[in-house]
Amino acid sequence: MTQSVPSVSVAPDGQPGNLMVDARSVQKHFGALQVLKGITLQVKPREVMCLVGPSGSGKSTFLRCINHLEKVTAGRLYVDGELVGYEERGHKLHELHPKRAAAQRRDIGMVFQRFNLFPHMNALDNVIEAPMMVKGEKKSAAIERGRALLDQVGLASKEKAYPAQLSGGQQQRVAIARALAMQPKLMLFDEPTSALDPELVGEVLDVMRNLASEGMTMIVVTHEMGFAREVGDHLVFMDAGVVVEAGPPREVLANPQHERTKAFLSKVL
Amino acid sequence: MATELEPPGTSVPPDDLIKAVPLRRPGRIVVAVVLVVLLALFIYGAATNSAYEWSTFGSYLFDQRISQAALITLELTVISMVIAVILGVFLAVMRMSDNPVLKSVAWLYLWIFRGTPIYVQLVFWGLITTIYKHIDLGVPFMVQFVHLDTGSWLTPFVMAFLGLGLNEAAYMAEIVRAGIGSVDEGQHEAAVALAMTWGQTMRRVVLPQAMRVIIPPTGNEVISMLKTTSLVIGVPYTADLYSVSRQIGGVLYRPIPLLLVASAWYLAITSVLMVGQYFLEKRYSRGASRVLTTKQLQALATAQSAGPADGGKA
Repeated sequence: MTQSVPSVSVAPDGQPGNLMVDARSVQKHFGALQVLKGITLQVKPREVMCLVGPSGSGKSTFLRCINHLEKVTAGRLYVDGELVGYEERGHKLHELHPKRAAAQRRDIGMVFQRFNLFPHMNALDNVIEAPMMVKGEKKSAAIERGRALLDQVGLASKEKAYPAQLSGGQQQRVAIARALAMQPKLMLFDEPTSALDPELVGEVLDVMRNLASEGMTMIVVTHEMGFAREVGDHLVFMDAGVVVEAGPPREVLANPQHERTKAFLSKVL
Repeated sequence: MATELEPPGTSVPPDDLIKAVPLRRPGRIVVAVVLVVLLALFIYGAATNSAYEWSTFGSYLFDQRISQAALITLELTVISMVIAVILGVFLAVMRMSDNPVLKSVAWLYLWIFRGTPIYVQLVFWGLITTIYKHIDLGVPFMVQFVHLDTGSWLTPFVMAFLGLGLNEAAYMAEIVRAGIGSVDEGQHEAAVALAMTWGQTMRRVVLPQAMRVIIPPTGNEVISMLKTTSLVIGVPYTADLYSVSRQIGGVLYRPIPLLLVASAWYLAITSVLMVGQYFLEKRYSRGASRVLTTKQLQALATAQSAGPADGGKA
């Protein structure tokens, strides 16, 4: 049966331990506006979680909290056992220095709805930029792995192309390669196919499918229910800042329990 | 012929490229002729008007004192602009900071340096050794590390480029701010998500893209600065192109040809700067457009005609 906590939860006082993502009553306020009203969910390594829900439900905000692009305003969020964005010292939370926050993001890849490739760099330079700047990799080594990654997403022949010369699907695949170049433990996808022409969606989903089958831990905000059903280990339906329903994708999609889930799914399926 | 029998709607148009008769525009032709005549008259008048003294112009155009002064003008321009760009970037970043003190200080700087005339500022710089006789660095009222007599190092040349540079920095700050603001927010986010630090994000991602917006107005500022250097007489500093031309013209009692000499040099340097700006703009527009260059189009056309799929038409 579906329930509000999608995965085996740790004991209330237990250590976040071997969970990749452990969100405990995560809240997010923008001034007076509360966007997340207490999100509790867990993702284990090698799992794929799909977040679905109407726009404005807070799913992208939650995703952005995971790599501290947004500050969590209440609750606790752990990634691989480490508190995100804060440090607990003497019963008080201290903001992390930007350099330490950056260090936390090293192991988290993110793919955006609008690709956000660097337009002044060609495809290969986009991919090798962060390994060289952030990890201090040698250029030759970065190029070698960058080429392998472009090959992996099917774009080996496009390494010299600038983003403006690539189709949306190709740009998004370069963006995935760019995120993978940091060798992340966790990949976040924020509506990766929503800005694409319908005929280009498939090529991006194929790359993500392969990634999942290789055991990458992934959290995917998406409207692609077919992908969620096929690839996802968990489906989480969010609305108005809360998790309404969660469970194995097949069950939730075939037999939604909550009225809001039913109403949403009847529109998108 | 078969074409005569076909109904008009179904006739197949010929395959060759359209060669249409161009539209006549008589109004434009008339205006163009009038302009050419006026220009010719002006050139003829200038060439024959003895007041211009073209022989004097010719003999002083490459006078060594003039070329020396032009070099100093160029130095003033370059040094002031370097100061302006560096300080301008700092001011722009300060203005965009969350810290209210940094923000306000930058705003105050802009307010003062943009709100008063550059000539007045230069005259002030000339008087600075009277206002501040020495500069002391240290803990106020306690320890003193550095003691500098302003008179010993604040030469008129230094005061001139400081005056020009600090004034220009206020304008550069606004140009840089506009440039940074023009870069899509997603770029900053993508860089941050890749664990790049603020400095790396600025240097590698944001500023290179901001350059496309920053360079054209900065080019204008450089050209403008070249001409603004003629105001350093206010300091007073008198070794620049305009001052030297005035001095020579005054001694000769022939100011007009010497003004023409100065103008010719300003024009020549401006032209060189414009060429430099063109290449800079080209460099920083990489990846900005999906429009292909002539070179790329030619390569594609060659590939197409060589390809087997389109092996020539009968």
